[in-house]
Amino acid sequence: MTATATPTKTMTMVAAINDALALALEADETVHVFGEDVGVMGGVFRATDGLQARFGAERVFDTPLAEAGIVGMGIGMGLAGLKPVAEIQFAGFLYPALDQVLSHLGRYRHRTRGRYHLPMVIRAPYGGGVHTPEQHADSPEAILAHTPGVKVVIPSTPADAKGLLLAAIQDPDPVFFLEAIKLYRSVKGEVPEGHYTVPLGQARVVTQGDDVTVICYGGMVEVAQKAAEAARPHGIGVEVIDLRTLVPLDTETVLASVRKTGRAVVVSEAPRTNGFHSEISATIAEEAIDFLRAPIRRVTGFDAPYPPFTSVEDVYRPSPVRVARAIREVMGY
Amino acid sequence: MTSPDTAPPTPTFPAGGEQEPFQLLAPDGTATQPDALPDPDTRLRLYRHMRRIRHFDERAWVLYRTGRLGVFPPYGGMEASQVGTAAALGPGDWLFPTYRDTGAALTHGLPVAQTLAYWRTSPHGWAMPQDLKVLPFYIPIATQYPHAVGAALAEKRKGTRNVALAYIGDGGSSEGDFHEALNFAGALTVPCVFILQNNGWAISVPTRTQTRAVNLARRADGYGIPGVRVDGNDVLATYVVTRGAVTRARDGGGPTLIETVTYRVKPHTLADDPSRYRTDADNLGWAEKDPILRLRTHLLGEGLLTEDADAALTREIEAEFEAALKEADGYPEPTPAEILDHVFAEPTPQLRRQRAQIEAEEGT
Ligand SMILES: Cc1ncc(C[n+]2csc(CCOP(=O)(O)OP(=O)(O)O)c2C)c(N)n1
Repeated sequence: MTATATPTKTMTMVAAINDALALALEADETVHVFGEDVGVMGGVFRATDGLQARFGAERVFDTPLAEAGIVGMGIGMGLAGLKPVAEIQFAGFLYPALDQVLSHLGRYRHRTRGRYHLPMVIRAPYGGGVHTPEQHADSPEAILAHTPGVKVVIPSTPADAKGLLLAAIQDPDPVFFLEAIKLYRSVKGEVPEGHYTVPLGQARVVTQGDDVTVICYGGMVEVAQKAAEAARPHGIGVEVIDLRTLVPLDTETVLASVRKTGRAVVVSEAPRTNGFHSEISATIAEEAIDFLRAPIRRVTGFDAPYPPFTSVEDVYRPSPVRVARAIREVMGY
Repeated sequence: MTSPDTAPPTPTFPAGGEQEPFQLLAPDGTATQPDALPDPDTRLRLYRHMRRIRHFDERAWVLYRTGRLGVFPPYGGMEASQVGTAAALGPGDWLFPTYRDTGAALTHGLPVAQTLAYWRTSPHGWAMPQDLKVLPFYIPIATQYPHAVGAALAEKRKGTRNVALAYIGDGGSSEGDFHEALNFAGALTVPCVFILQNNGWAISVPTRTQTRAVNLARRADGYGIPGVRVDGNDVLATYVVTRGAVTRARDGGGPTLIETVTYRVKPHTLADDPSRYRTDADNLGWAEKDPILRLRTHLLGEGLLTEDADAALTREIEAEFEAALKEADGYPEPTPAEILDHVFAEPTPQLRRQRAQIEAEEGT
């Protein structure tokens, strides 16, 4: 980010996203924002609040309730020269559109040998921690990251959310932009005013440390930070790395850190088996095994649907305590 | 569980293309087609069901406010649409409810205590009764429609006379699953009844923004099946039409789409703020269309109900609810490891390890 001198404003993540959308709509008239309840209501989380009033109902509009229609139509819009920025109300409701995502979204550039490309952004709230009903807390990022030709971005701070979203909208390829529901209003931060971008594919070193690397993204970054703080009085230096984008993945930052610390803990709230955390672990094992002083640990959700039972929801989602335990384990190996 | 009454004479449906919804009781409670009314016992039974589910909806609001219930999608004002349709089923029939159809599930026989437990996110509410063919409230939109077609096909293959009935909203009828289900049901001639509750809104999106179509029952035409529009605030009309569709399905006549034209008086969920997207003008007139008042006026006028009997019914309904609430209060909270139960018939090695991990870490 090249924003050191620009004035900043304290805002929530959802306000930063709204700010980015407004700037994008203002700067480029091909940008169109659409989805279920995004127009009049401004989105169930208010991420699109006020945009229809400001930019009109042609560019910010409510669609019928049909995710395959939203993604499929967006694909056509993008192919024909518009910049579609679609919202899927919750990432767990993306599933009706998976045919469009898996069959088409990432393939157009490749299947037309570059004749067509698809500059589409799909925003979707994801993840748990706020006691939502069944299927509202899913973390489907691995499915998306496993789809060739699709980029996946997951911010963890208001400033990143704004800069990454503006970068995603400028990007010539399709980008999934997942927003942790837990972070929408619970974190506030300094956000530079005006237009700036945070480049896709660059991880952020959140805290520096020499003993263990904790790799995480989205809603898990604050969880990892708390665990790192808890470790500090015990003389354990934790380097927390926020991936910011899963595709493209900044393996260099991850590997440099692991080569320094010799220990890795990977955290995500998605189910354990075949998660994106497994991809990180495999990359470390392939590229930096000689530097490891302990086995890589994954702290994740479980191989069950995200629990609908409020009183035990917190068992599923990794907590600072679970991350701290993994840190102790790799330290004591 | 509902007990099927003596079947009323098979009603003559209005044609699918008709604009005006089929109606038996005018909003002021007068019978517009006295000969087509269901028998007095059925009318009283429908009244009792509507009172019972309204009580649940109203108490749910209070429980939510005091933190004793989770997210709850209210259905107040839509009682005729839910009762008139669900009460047309027999005990062997299937019910596929959306999150908004708590009233329909209660009418079909889901116990009150269990229903409360469901909305409290307790596993006791998620374990569906063995003796009732009701599915958990569907949270993702429209996915239940193809399931209902499959259940209906299964009943047909097994040679029973059971039917499947599924609900959807006006918004949900935009999803591909809705259209695929209607087409399959017609092509395979299954005993399925599709209820489309058109309550005017899909969260903030009014039906006119959702679709250019003004008569959603006519969607059936495209799939070669009958479509009927009915006044969804008139429980007698809703019942008679659904009962006819159920009978037709039982007799091998195939599926029907029924659009109940009603209104969501309440917010989308108890956490929603409708003032962001709708005005008082939108709501105008719907209070007078209250389905319970309508039938009550009719029953009092016909001498089928007295004020005393009505008061006794209130006491009975309240007592049932309070007893159920007490029962639900007694259900223990789940243990942490329960989040891994019932993923597979036999837990995988991974799940066994994860269970051991939870038990070690959470001390259970
Ligand atoms: C596949 C899917 N997409 C989006 C949602 C979020 N959502 C929940 S209810 C709702 C509106 C549904 O409207 P309608 O079908 O008319 O039913 P109503 O709520 O009016 O009963 C939406 C968009 C969802 N639950 N599932």
